[in-house]
Amino acid sequence: MSALQEIVDVTPVEATPKKYIALGGYASVAVLVLLIAAPLFAKNFIIFQMTMWLIYAIAVLALNILTGGSGQFSLGQSAFYAVGAYTSAILMEHFNVNYALTLPIAGVICFAFGYVFGQPALRLSGVYLALATFALATAMPQLLKLGYFEHWTGGVQGLVVTKPDAPFGLPMSQDMWLYYFTLVISIMIYVFSVNLLKSRSGRAMMAIRDNEIAASAMGVDVALYKTLAFGISAGITGVAGGLGAIAVQFVAPDSYTIQLAIALFLGMVVGGVGWLPGSLAGSAFIVFVPNIAESVSKGLSGAVFGAILIVIIFVLPHGARQIAYLSQHWINKLIHK
Amino acid sequence: MLSIQKLRIAAISTAVIAFAATGGSALAQKKYDTGATDTEIKIGNIMPYSGPASAYGMIGKTEEAYFKMVNDSGGINGRKVTFISYDDAYSPPKAVEQARKLVESDEVLLVFNPLGTPSNSAIQKYLNAKKVPQLFVATGATKWNDPKDFPWTMGWQPSYQSEGQIYAKFLLKEKPDAKIAVLYQNDDFGKDYLKGIKDGLGAKAATMLIAEESYEVSEPTVDSHIVKLKSLNPDVVISITTPKFAAQTIKKIAELSWKPLQIVANVSSSIGSVMKPAGFEAAQDVLSANYGKDASDEQWKNDPGMKKWAAFVDKYLPDANRIDSNLVYGYGAAQTLHKVLEMCGNDLTRANVMKQAASLKDFTTDTLLPGVKINTSATDFAPISSLQMMRFKGEKWELFGDIISADATAN
Repeated sequence: MSALQEIVDVTPVEATPKKYIALGGYASVAVLVLLIAAPLFAKNFIIFQMTMWLIYAIAVLALNILTGGSGQFSLGQSAFYAVGAYTSAILMEHFNVNYALTLPIAGVICFAFGYVFGQPALRLSGVYLALATFALATAMPQLLKLGYFEHWTGGVQGLVVTKPDAPFGLPMSQDMWLYYFTLVISIMIYVFSVNLLKSRSGRAMMAIRDNEIAASAMGVDVALYKTLAFGISAGITGVAGGLGAIAVQFVAPDSYTIQLAIALFLGMVVGGVGWLPGSLAGSAFIVFVPNIAESVSKGLSGAVFGAILIVIIFVLPHGARQIAYLSQHWINKLIHK
Repeated sequence: MLSIQKLRIAAISTAVIAFAATGGSALAQKKYDTGATDTEIKIGNIMPYSGPASAYGMIGKTEEAYFKMVNDSGGINGRKVTFISYDDAYSPPKAVEQARKLVESDEVLLVFNPLGTPSNSAIQKYLNAKKVPQLFVATGATKWNDPKDFPWTMGWQPSYQSEGQIYAKFLLKEKPDAKIAVLYQNDDFGKDYLKGIKDGLGAKAATMLIAEESYEVSEPTVDSHIVKLKSLNPDVVISITTPKFAAQTIKKIAELSWKPLQIVANVSSSIGSVMKPAGFEAAQDVLSANYGKDASDEQWKNDPGMKKWAAFVDKYLPDANRIDSNLVYGYGAAQTLHKVLEMCGNDLTRANVMKQAASLKDFTTDTLLPGVKINTSATDFAPISSLQMMRFKGEKWELFGDIISADATAN
């Protein structure tokens, strides 16, 4: 028996154990039950905030696939988010397309956009790639203001989007319907992402992240998988953007500045890079912490936000993942005592 | 000694008077919507306290201080004002979140003076659907005067378009053969003005307007644009710029020893933050238009209205920068709302607030120019729509000509 045969016969060790990227079974069910039940006890305004929380979580998750999965940086997620939002808004308002149908279209357009942008971006890595995407994020609001597109984009005035009612005469408010609609899409994207990272493609991406040269020596098509990661990330961000446009009922160039890209980046770091459920925690951070900071001090809200951020990075350098691991550790200890 | 008869008459008449008095108050029934009670009126507000437009946050702070002053002197018709102001960082999605928080969580009677065209556009549909007044918005876009489609939204300051029209009318009359160059900021503010100027020039725009040069708000300086404009040799330069760029424009034109007729937009007519940094020498004979008094202008030093304003700033905003025009703006807007709420009396429903806001007749605040009046009606939701031309002489503005009214209708 040759040495090669021997290696093949050994049952393969799972390259990336699921727990490193996703929650365990019980925890997933618990989180899901909470997410389903919460709006039944909340005011419409809170439900709206929770919807925004889920939407930003999708966008953070998309960045997590790119950075945590394939190891590429992007400060240009706001541009993809904007393209998705405008795609949905324009389709709904100018072409009367059903809001649910606009989301896959937004996803496909953003995937193509990300894939095309990923082609030249491939030649760059690390901070240089971050700068190239940064340029994209700063250019986007101005592109949307261009007179040439004004007929479609509404120029600087933006576009107002009609909020959908609950279908089939379901007895629930628009906000609640939109929340559950967003929740279903979030779950679909989450399951897709977890499976993607566990698949051959996901392993290829992670191999590139860990060592590009080694990965290419193993036969991974580095160029293809890097652009693919970019495209998928952009596509998912686009879906989030489309949902955001429907929930906020308004798109304007000033909604999608570099601030948004940085917020998403922050969300990813706070949630834990590469740990997908952390996207929820990271998104909660960028949606709710600014409000907490504002209630502490109106004039210094930025400084308070910064202080909270520094404390979190200092105490929990691995983000929410660290809390999850710690609590899992303690629970196991309690059970097996 | 009084006879019994007389006593009886006296008793009856007393009773009648007493009845009339109580009956009167019973007739003027107290009516409330969410956000108003016998003791309190809740007002919501959204301002960019952080982010790129944070300089405007001072408007919110001034308004908060104004209502503190109102409360200290007994409130409005005996009710204290609770002023709740949130930060939207000039981001439309955040503005939507804050507007919903104000309406659904804090349960305010109305949303007052939210700032910025993008933020107001984002919340307009929501507030109108909820039938919550979006009163006296802090933006000069023309679209707020649209009572037919948005009966719950009302502007306050003159629209950018009507100001642009006033300059065009002035030029048509004074310099009908002028070659005009426009430098404008590439956003809603700049484009609205430009439209006003073009509308005002009408058919002559094609021949008179020889250059439209735009700059981005993110550019550090507009010097290169000025040099380019000079090469086209116009004799009128209209500078639709925000304060920093307006000062640069005036300074650069002087440096080039170029002497065109210059017009600066009203938003950049502050002596303290534009004319002084540009240099008084360079700013001589620059034209603009205004509707309010400039706190840094010496001519209002003994004006009774501005004295009241100064006393307010001394007591309630002692640390504020007095040359900041936002202090005058916030005071004027808050005073207008104060008047509307007074007029509402004991009928503090949202519908009545809009009704009273649309029935202002020749109202004037302490901070408006003499002759500028606030007038509204069921079909006119543009409270201030007149301005007066002014010329910079020495170290102050000299008003000249009539108060010009330019009611631009929404389209």
